[in-house]
Amino acid sequence: MDADIREILREHGRLAVDALSIGENDDLYQAGLTSHASVNVMLALEDKFDIEFPEAMLRKRTFESVESIRGAVQQLVG
Amino acid sequence: MSLLEVVEDIGRQVALPNAASVDVEARFPKEVFDALKEKGLLSAMVPTDLGGNGASVSEIAACISALSKYCASSAMIFAMHQIQVACLVRHGTTEYFQSVQRDLVKNQYLLASATTELGVGGDVRTSKCAVEIEGERFRLEKMAPVISYAENADAILVTARRGPDSPPSDQVIVLVEVADSELEPLSGWDTLGFRGTCSLGFKLKTSGRKDAILPEPYGDISSQTMLPISHIVWSSVWLGIATAAMLKAQKFVQAEARSKPGTTPPSAMRMAELFARYSQFADTVKAGTDRFEAMSSDRESLTSVGFALSMNAMKINSSNLVVEVVSDAMNLVGISGYREDSDFTMGRLLRDAHGASLMVNNDRIHLNNSQLLLVHRDF
Repeated sequence: MDADIREILREHGRLAVDALSIGENDDLYQAGLTSHASVNVMLALEDKFDIEFPEAMLRKRTFESVESIRGAVQQLVG
Repeated sequence: MSLLEVVEDIGRQVALPNAASVDVEARFPKEVFDALKEKGLLSAMVPTDLGGNGASVSEIAACISALSKYCASSAMIFAMHQIQVACLVRHGTTEYFQSVQRDLVKNQYLLASATTELGVGGDVRTSKCAVEIEGERFRLEKMAPVISYAENADAILVTARRGPDSPPSDQVIVLVEVADSELEPLSGWDTLGFRGTCSLGFKLKTSGRKDAILPEPYGDISSQTMLPISHIVWSSVWLGIATAAMLKAQKFVQAEARSKPGTTPPSAMRMAELFARYSQFADTVKAGTDRFEAMSSDRESLTSVGFALSMNAMKINSSNLVVEVVSDAMNLVGISGYREDSDFTMGRLLRDAHGASLMVNNDRIHLNNSQLLLVHRDF
């Protein structure tokens, strides 16, 4: 799952650093993630894992690090 | 007297008699701000334990609408100042920013804002310039296409990248003192409306103590405070313009009715239609303000997609409704609304109203919402 998340971040996150090697707790917003890019990351995650983020998860904190994204995705894939 | 009554008085006695010259000369409404400062209104939102009035966003919004009935430029400057104060109040938790708030109460500083930058295509969440820290001091240079009333302000909140190595979206916001800054004008300000805001562009060169950098990322300050409060207070300015137009239309209808008691003048039906549209506008602004106030301490929810969508929608609706209400009021009044030399003139109101959809262009906001709607679920 981590590899898929990182691949999606690499493709859609437009980070200033390499998404494949960024620390799992590093702040993605400080690494250059914009709200525009975060929407694309969400859409790609929904497609990849066949999930839908509920409204309560559509907030900044959910996408602030690789770990927080993994936590959210794990919760949704069940 | 309540804050609203004080502002209403200043509006009637100071803003109204100066509104035409502020507009014609495109000059800063100094008389209005002298009066607002004398009554301590520039620190109205500062918490009471720091010496302010602890005014809520809805109280301030009401004051802004009241002032805007008399002079929309004055109200817009007052509104923009309050956005900056709200950022300091809600995010200035450090010792330094607590003392800034106390000084604001004592000295009634006027705060301006420099968020846009040349070369970023109007996207305030992107910066080219960066804060450079050396020891306890910072240096900063920014090419700002707009810093409203900069030459009459005491301090400016400026956005910039956190440091020279930071990506464009990793921004901070810095409070810089105008006295410590060089401001070189890049453009003039000769516009259709809001002429008194003196929104010139500047090359800003400044330095200061590094304590003056707000500790939270600008992204958080933006979504939790600056963006929603901007939309609320701007909408409140526009609502005041619509109120002024409606009051003129009502006076016109009343005069017609008085000239022939017993017959309802044709314009009375137009007035009823106008009032319905106006009520829709007033309720739109109130609903947005209430929504923010209900959530204002839940910082996490303020970063949600649903909240951003609704505040953006309020801005779009308000900026369209102000033009509709003022235009309909002018049609009702007829030629005396079109004349510049009549008591019923809608000239300045109409010119100011058309600024609403352009200051942060509605197309940009629609573009943001079109993105957010790709993931939004709960309607």
